[in-house]
Amino acid sequence: MTSNFPDTSPIIEVVDLTTHYGSRKILNKISLTVNKGEIMVIMGGSGSGKSTLLRHLIGLEHPSDGCIKLLGQDIGLMNEQHMTQFYRKLGVAFQSGALFSSMTVGENIMLPLREHTKLDQKTMEIMARLKLEVVNLAGFENLMPSELSGGMLKRAAFARAVIMDPVLLFCDEPSAGLDPVVSSSLDELILRLRDALDMTIVVVTHELESAFRIADRITVLDKGDILTIGTVDEVRASSNQRIQDLLNRHFEEEILDPDEYMARLTGEPQEAFTHV
Amino acid sequence: MLNPDRPLSPLLHKIETVGRVTTQWVDTVGFGASLLYDSVFWVCWGGRRKQPVRLAPIVSQMMEVGILAVPMISLVSMTIGLMLAIQGIDALKDFGAEHQVTFGVALSVVREFAPLITGILVAGRSGSAFAARLSTMIINNEVDSLRVMGINPVRFLVVPSLVAMMIMVPSLTLLADVLALFGAGLYISTELGISMGTYIAQTITFLGTEDVLHGLGKSLVFGALITLVGVINGSSVKGGAEGVGQVTTRAVVHSILAIILADLLIVFMLTR
Repeated sequence: MTSNFPDTSPIIEVVDLTTHYGSRKILNKISLTVNKGEIMVIMGGSGSGKSTLLRHLIGLEHPSDGCIKLLGQDIGLMNEQHMTQFYRKLGVAFQSGALFSSMTVGENIMLPLREHTKLDQKTMEIMARLKLEVVNLAGFENLMPSELSGGMLKRAAFARAVIMDPVLLFCDEPSAGLDPVVSSSLDELILRLRDALDMTIVVVTHELESAFRIADRITVLDKGDILTIGTVDEVRASSNQRIQDLLNRHFEEEILDPDEYMARLTGEPQEAFTHV
Repeated sequence: MLNPDRPLSPLLHKIETVGRVTTQWVDTVGFGASLLYDSVFWVCWGGRRKQPVRLAPIVSQMMEVGILAVPMISLVSMTIGLMLAIQGIDALKDFGAEHQVTFGVALSVVREFAPLITGILVAGRSGSAFAARLSTMIINNEVDSLRVMGINPVRFLVVPSLVAMMIMVPSLTLLADVLALFGAGLYISTELGISMGTYIAQTITFLGTEDVLHGLGKSLVFGALITLVGVINGSSVKGGAEGVGQVTTRAVVHSILAIILADLLIVFMLTR
């Protein structure tokens, strides 16, 4: 895929981002930029730190070192009130959808409008219906989240994420656990959202097909380090053995030893699990 | 300097455990205090931050915590009133003082039993539900999604429950007062051969406003404790469904414990 983003000013700048869980280093001096209108896919195997990186990018976790600038502002320097205001410019679609089970789909989508604007109920309903149409869920606004399928939940989560017309959209594993047809339609949706709403989008995924379909550029993470950042063609052509392992799906098979897996997961020495 | 990899002696291990548990408790109490502070902040100044506390979720929580608990509270408080009357007359009969039972029942119901029983029932019913709801929301990333929508989770989730609890627990306590005294009156009037009107007149004579306020004041504290303990436990969830089960059980146990200890402390301070 060729990159088709017109503006190359950075919307996201990450400089030397380092983070630890206890004594274990999760992210190691991560530096990257995402340009306006670009779809950046963050890819890597399990435990590579991609979800942790996303949580840092959206301000849910704070780094041990380094800085993250979104729209030119260092989010580490923002106080809670400033951050709350700033969140109105961001949209986040979580892996599970994270819709509120006690509200209908429509109420879920209208929630940011209800909390941040003084629009009347009718206008909010119209806006929610418009966003539901964008994600092909028109007519589903009165259903409860428990009545939706996995793919529909993710679509509804996208609709809620874009209801405030954010400048930046973050998606965590949008196609995880979905069949190829639904997964493909979600990829189409991400491309359509970027083109229709002129958004910059960061997608975290471990699905190769999905990443290659939507990415302008790909960041490949491995054990908290960036292996490469490049276009789809550049990543495919990389001579790095770890990247080729990932592309050939050899990454997951490396961690078959449960003791090693537990040690990596908890940060404890492997011997602690060997004799359990 | 201690080598962290060297095993601790049994004594040092015990000291380390005491230190760790103490730190955890201080941490928990600090978290509770900060939740209370945040809640007061959002109630008072949420509007200025353009994030007002909305009435609809408070009313919905009041319905859940209060109105739906009325049948259970009614049944239990009437039964408690009856039991107190039966036990009181039986105990005082030995001294020929059974006519004093009205005084004993009225005071013990209004100052102690009604707020305590109401608090315990609400903790079991709503405190556990609140911890379960919050922990499930955390596991499903719903609390994270609130944050990234620029919605403060304390304002959105905790404050409506806290306000509802602090309105409804005293209201339920007042209901429990009336029904427990009525239940006691049914037995006392029959057993001592006095009319219900006489019983009510005696009760009103014996009870002062400060007795009722004493019970209601305690129930206000219990309402706040039930919510805060539910939030603290719910937000400490780890793992999946098993974690939700654990924090729910823990929330009920801790709420009841907190209510009884707070009751003891208040009674001790107000009766000296």
